[in-house]
Amino acid sequence: MHELSVCQAMLTQVTDLAREQRANTVHKIVLRVGPLAGVEPGLLRQAFPLASAGTLAEAAELVIEELPLRVRCETCGAESVAQPNRLVCGACGDWHTRLVSGDEMLLASVELSREEEDACVKPAAAM
Amino acid sequence: MCETCGCNVTPGNAHLAHTPDTRGRTAVTVLKDLLSANDREAAHNRAHFDEHRVLALNLMSSPGSGKTLLLEATIEALKDEFRIGVIEGDLETENDAERIRAKGVPAVQITTGSACHLDAHMVHGALHHMQLADIDILFIENVGNLVCPASFDLGQHRNITLLSVTEGDDKPAKYPVMFRAADLVLLTKTDLLPALDDFDPARAEHCLRQLANPAPALRLSAKKKLGLGAWFDWLRHEVAEQRARANKGQTLRPAVQPDGARLHTEMGHAPAAGRYLYRSI
Repeated sequence: MHELSVCQAMLTQVTDLAREQRANTVHKIVLRVGPLAGVEPGLLRQAFPLASAGTLAEAAELVIEELPLRVRCETCGAESVAQPNRLVCGACGDWHTRLVSGDEMLLASVELSREEEDACVKPAAAM
Repeated sequence: MCETCGCNVTPGNAHLAHTPDTRGRTAVTVLKDLLSANDREAAHNRAHFDEHRVLALNLMSSPGSGKTLLLEATIEALKDEFRIGVIEGDLETENDAERIRAKGVPAVQITTGSACHLDAHMVHGALHHMQLADIDILFIENVGNLVCPASFDLGQHRNITLLSVTEGDDKPAKYPVMFRAADLVLLTKTDLLPALDDFDPARAEHCLRQLANPAPALRLSAKKKLGLGAWFDWLRHEVAEQRARANKGQTLRPAVQPDGARLHTEMGHAPAAGRYLYRSI
C-alpha cells in the first residue's frame, strides 16, 4: 500500500545525500524497521526496484534490518519482549508500558562511491 | 569516540564503523526517519495551526465508520460555539466536502487519486484554500483506511480513531499501529449495539489497553445523538489546551510518535540532524 511512497521518500533522502557527497553510484542502503513502524519489509523490497529505476540507487542492494519489539514497564520497571498487539509487561502483565524499540523506520546508512574514486565517471543522473 | 574516523559511534553501528577500507567506497551513517521530509512539512503545517491558535484533529477509521456523519452532528451542535473548518480526504468525489459545506462551514476536498492516505504535503496544499484565522477547530478527515494513515504525520495535534460497532471489537488487536496512534477512540453507531450481540465495547477497550494506549474510549451514536456530550466536552477541553499552549508558544504532537526513532536520532546516540557519520570501507 503506502510502502511505495515510503520507498520514494527514502530514495529522495539517499539520492540527495549521494549528490551532496558528489557520488555517482549508491551500492548499498541499510534500513532499520520495527514491527510497529507500519511498513512491511517484504513490500518495501518489492517497491524498491520500481522506485529506484533511473536513480543513482538503481543498482543498490537494499538491506532491511528488522528490529525487536521491546517495552519497559512503568509500574515494575522490567524490560521485556512484546508482540505488536500485546504491548504489556512480560514480567507483571501491566499495560502501562513504554516502547523501547520497535516503531523505528530509519535510514541507517548508505554506501556509495564518489566520482573521483570510481573508474567509470558519469554525470549524476537526475532523479 | 571512534579512533578510525573521529566521529560518534554507537553500540549499534560500531561494527560498521571499523570495517576496513577495501573497495574505495564510502559508507555514510544517516539514522534519519524514512519519512523525515513528510515530518518536516508536518511541522510546518503545525506551526501554521499554532500561529492561528487552531486545534487540528486527524480523524482516522475504516471507510463507512461514520466520520462524516460525526462531523455533521458536531457542526450542528457546536457551530455557534466554535468556528469549524474541515479538510476531507478521499480517493475520488467531492461528496463529503459538499455534505460539510451544506452545514455552513468551509470544507476543502483532497482527492488522492489512488493514494491510500493523506500526507503533510497534501494537507499543506489544502491549507492554501482555507482561512486559518477564521477557524478554531480544523478537522482533517483522513482517507478511510485502518493501515496507512497512521504512518503519516499531517501536523495535527491529536489523532482520533473511530471504530464502529459493526466492525468487530477486536479491531485494535488486528490494526495495532493505527490504534496505538489514537489519542481518543470513538466507538460509533452504538445505537446498533442491541442488534449486534457480538460486539462488546469492553472487549474493544481491553484490546486498546493491550497496546499500552491509555486513550479514552467514548461510546456514541451521531445518528441518534447518543453520548455526544462527552465528545463535545473533550473537544472543548482540547480547544482550551491548544489556546493555552499557543499563548505560551508551545505546541503538541499526537501521543504516539516514533519513540524508537527519537531515541536513535535525538537522544545522544546519533549525529544531530544534518550531520552524518562518515567512514571509508
